[in-house]
Amino acid sequence: MATVSLEKLVKRYGAVEVVHGIDLEVADREFIALVGPSGCGKSTTLRMIAGLEPVSDGNIKIGGRVVNDLPPRARNLAMVFQSYALYPHMTVRENMGFSLKIAGQKPEDIAPQVEEAAKTLDLTHLLDRRPSQLSGGQRQRVAMGRAIVRQPDVFLFDEPLSNLDAKLRTQMRVEIKKLHAKVQSTVIYVTHDQVEAMTLADRIVIMRDGYIEQVGTPEDVFQRPKSKFVAGFIGSPPMNLKDAEIADGQVVFANGDRLPLPARFRDRVTAGQKVTFGLRPDDLYPAGHGIHSGEDADVHKQDLRVILTEPLGNETLVFSDFAGAEWVGRMLNPRRLSPGEALPFCFDLSQAHLFDRESGRTLRG
Amino acid sequence: MKGWRPPAPFLLLLPAILVLAAVVIIPLILSLYSSFTPFRLTQPASLFTLIGFRNYARILTDIEFWTAFGRTVLLLTVALNVEMLLGLGLAMLVEKATRGQRLLRTIMMFPMMFSPILVGFQFKFMFNDNIGLVNNALQSLGLTDQAIPWLIDGSLAFFAILVAEIWSSTSVFAILILAGLLAMPKEPIEAARVDGCTPWQTFRYVTWPFIMPFAYIAMTIRSLDVARAYDIVKIMTDGGPAKRTELLWTLVSRTAYADARMGLANAMAYVAILLSILFTVYFFRKLSAARTQIAAEW
Repeated sequence: MATVSLEKLVKRYGAVEVVHGIDLEVADREFIALVGPSGCGKSTTLRMIAGLEPVSDGNIKIGGRVVNDLPPRARNLAMVFQSYALYPHMTVRENMGFSLKIAGQKPEDIAPQVEEAAKTLDLTHLLDRRPSQLSGGQRQRVAMGRAIVRQPDVFLFDEPLSNLDAKLRTQMRVEIKKLHAKVQSTVIYVTHDQVEAMTLADRIVIMRDGYIEQVGTPEDVFQRPKSKFVAGFIGSPPMNLKDAEIADGQVVFANGDRLPLPARFRDRVTAGQKVTFGLRPDDLYPAGHGIHSGEDADVHKQDLRVILTEPLGNETLVFSDFAGAEWVGRMLNPRRLSPGEALPFCFDLSQAHLFDRESGRTLRG
Repeated sequence: MKGWRPPAPFLLLLPAILVLAAVVIIPLILSLYSSFTPFRLTQPASLFTLIGFRNYARILTDIEFWTAFGRTVLLLTVALNVEMLLGLGLAMLVEKATRGQRLLRTIMMFPMMFSPILVGFQFKFMFNDNIGLVNNALQSLGLTDQAIPWLIDGSLAFFAILVAEIWSSTSVFAILILAGLLAMPKEPIEAARVDGCTPWQTFRYVTWPFIMPFAYIAMTIRSLDVARAYDIVKIMTDGGPAKRTELLWTLVSRTAYADARMGLANAMAYVAILLSILFTVYFFRKLSAARTQIAAEW
């Protein structure tokens, strides 16, 4: 059990800097997810924590101790790899017990620990198989079993579910959550899948181009994105983000279409300011088919033309035409809509976001 | 009914069968047959006298033959082990090279490109007791003031042959093991490092099992090679001094041509081939076991 801190952590490959001095405090037993598009430096950061990549600058502390120059074996971590990285020539039992064997434990001490982990992960009947005889999901469970058996201070997961099919991924996500509840270790989990990050993590770290964009709870990053990037990255389908300008106390889009300025931004913008207006699909819905956002709802109604619909059963995603662009809305209790149909839509402006167009930072306080 | 016509597949394969028969099968049968005769090149008629297993019986009690046989096995064992270790080391060093790896791989193959005859001459010169590089170097370094009789003393000559053999063929191991190292997934190694392995343990428990099949392939190839070793020895010592470096095939060729006892030589050759077959079977068993172990898909 341990805390992990990154202090001004930098990674350079030759002249190219890929991680630019990031700071992060991970509390003991916290589940932290590092998310971001590919190439954002999340895996590199994880590998530096693991000791598989040397640190170019800054410090990594585990449990308060600087570990920059310690080899991976001295850091007491366990890592689960995207490709599972099982030892092909060992049985499941040997794979799981390997780290204990290396640590010099006796076979009779190793066996019960492996059995225990196998029971947790429902692997007991597979203990004598080799990795090549297992399915993807089973291999992934073995990889996790290998990590659990070590009883490490920190678990590192490097996109562990990316190689699984959608259904299995959902299952394993639940397994990982249960597992964390059970083993109560610090976890650092790298993924590019924002759903995994949202569902699993206590806090999410959103990275982009080697910088940390925002650190916060899933609610935080969803409801109070600090930047346009975070707003667009978290949430599915992504937030509608459209460039606009402030004029006459209104949000004016490029083609002249207008929306009232959301109340909470009234004192925060000036006339003529270039902004990006953001509205989640959940807050743009055909009248009578939305989520009510309570008393402070600030609903603006407007007739929009439907371009196309994506029925999902319990809801329908409605793509409609406004301000010369395509906006996605979410229709609850859906009824069939036909393209070209015009109907009244509600813009819940109490949930709208405004970002500075230049810097991409949020304009809310 | 226009008489029997052979089936089409047989007809289509006939050219291949004829060529094989002419080049392989008939000479093989002829030499096997002659091993049951007292055939001497100087007395062609002796080819038609059958003496049963007398040649083989003679070999069984022939000290000279079994000494050569034993020496060949010794050469094989020592050469293969040393080549394996050196090749492994070379391959691991080259694998670490981030730049110029292709160049290094090419250079590594140079010794394989030399004809064994040439290798024999080079090493014969280097180990020459008067003008050779080896003695020259040893004396210049002050390690000895003697002219060490490398190719004249029996066991030193064996050592010299061993060195030549190893120099010329370590790259077989290096190339094949390097292929294994390059084909190996990197994640298990990283997993092992995180799991607490020292570099040595990582090699012992993760890398080595993976490259073992590649090493066995090299072993199989090289065991056949060394069991047929002839040219280097022929040039460097010609089995001498006093037959102290006589190997199976130098003995066979001496018996066949110098002594002109073709029948006996052929019998020896067939016994020698047994040795090759034994080694091949042994290494193939090892290879397939190692392959199953890493669940190789080839």
